[in-house]
Amino acid sequence: MTTTENSPEARYAGDTRTVTLRVNGQEVTREVPTRTTLADFLRDDLDLVSVHLGCEHGVCGCCTVLLDGGSVRSCLMLAVQAQGHEIETVESLSADQNNLHPIQEAFAEEQGLQCGFCTPAMVLRTKEILADGQERTDDEVRHEISGILCRCTGYQNIINAVQNAGRKLRCGGAGGCGSAHDEAKGA
Amino acid sequence: MKPPKFMYCDPDTVEDAIALKSRYGHDSLVLAGGQSLMPMLNMRLANPDVLIDINGISDLKRITRTGEVLEIGAGVRQSELETDAAVADAVPLLGKVVPYIGHIENRHRGTVGGSLAHADAAAELPCAAITLDATVVVQGPSGRREIAARDFFEGFMTNACAPDELVVAVRFPVASAASGSAFVEVARREGDFALAAAAAVAEVGTDGRFTALSIGVAGIAATPVRATVVEEALVGQAATAENIAAAAKRIADRVTAGDDLHATGTYRKHLAATVVKRAVVAAVADAQNRSNGS
Repeated sequence: MTTTENSPEARYAGDTRTVTLRVNGQEVTREVPTRTTLADFLRDDLDLVSVHLGCEHGVCGCCTVLLDGGSVRSCLMLAVQAQGHEIETVESLSADQNNLHPIQEAFAEEQGLQCGFCTPAMVLRTKEILADGQERTDDEVRHEISGILCRCTGYQNIINAVQNAGRKLRCGGAGGCGSAHDEAKGA
Repeated sequence: MKPPKFMYCDPDTVEDAIALKSRYGHDSLVLAGGQSLMPMLNMRLANPDVLIDINGISDLKRITRTGEVLEIGAGVRQSELETDAAVADAVPLLGKVVPYIGHIENRHRGTVGGSLAHADAAAELPCAAITLDATVVVQGPSGRREIAARDFFEGFMTNACAPDELVVAVRFPVASAASGSAFVEVARREGDFALAAAAAVAEVGTDGRFTALSIGVAGIAATPVRATVVEEALVGQAATAENIAAAAKRIADRVTAGDDLHATGTYRKHLAATVVKRAVVAAVADAQNRSNGS
């Protein structure tokens, strides 16, 4: 390729770019190869290893992250495309086992995971869908999480966890409104 | 499973993108939403010297209604079509079709122009485009030209763009207030490509007969197919379930997809007639609901 200083393509020369983005609330600036996927950047450069790579071609959904609040498959984006955007991984919730985020609590209570490989994606997707504060039926949740494959649970416990998390969030956080939970369980 | 090396270009304007396409032609690929191209890069089924990322071109992200035409920029995300009030008002079929495109994680990135340019015969937006008699707007070094959706899809994953042209927008005629629309798809799992899908837009007169009908079918041939044989059999006839079921059978002759991993050709013929029948019945019901509601 014959790019010269004056050609319009001069700005595209080089195999790396400097990107600046917000990740879990922190601004980060890194030099990245232009061909690096967002998933590899988050895992390898930022050590955010909750971003799980299952298929690396957009089928399994385990690398789901929130891009400006919306779920996307991070294996299907280049890191350079995240320039100026806000990324959220499950590390943004809570790392303190004694003070979990309500969604994390709900997944633990309902046994909404077995091997845990899809769990970060499921938890982030749960955060996204519950932002509307609405209750949802099993069928609605099943539809909403259909973009992420779980090969262990058969999904039902994940659905229970999403609904449980919704009740917790509507009650203003973990632990609150215990009665709503009991009522929904038929107690 | 990592993308190969390429020269990454992220032009800010359509003109710059076209200049790059003109210069690199078949050695370049355009990256829109990336929901089909990124898997191909990761698997190294695609190996371009130059990758032209058009996500930074703000001119491609507009939705504008001018009189009876809704123009959607090529860079508009599919998920926007699900929630945009102007789209729902102008072309209700789009809001029914879009939720079937992959999963929400794909639609947050996937673009309208990307899906059309990719020209997958089982994809939803190309099917909607031929059903609605949409016009694809492409731009090259010598300016813009308009291509009827029917002529845009030339063959298996092949569109009518020249190597130096870029899809910049798609224009849909605004739906008539009297029309109803529906989309029906059968897939193995939610979010999978359609084994067969049909879109229908119907108008029914006060005498209960079809006054207008258009039907598009996906997944049955190398391109999305307009079910002209079914449309011609029904227009002027009473919009009854019996008439629709009988006419829908005619689509079987247009099914050229043979046996594959997912379905036999025989099953696809059966399925094509079924989705056409269901889509037309639902479009008629929608038309009646809309006229009762107004």
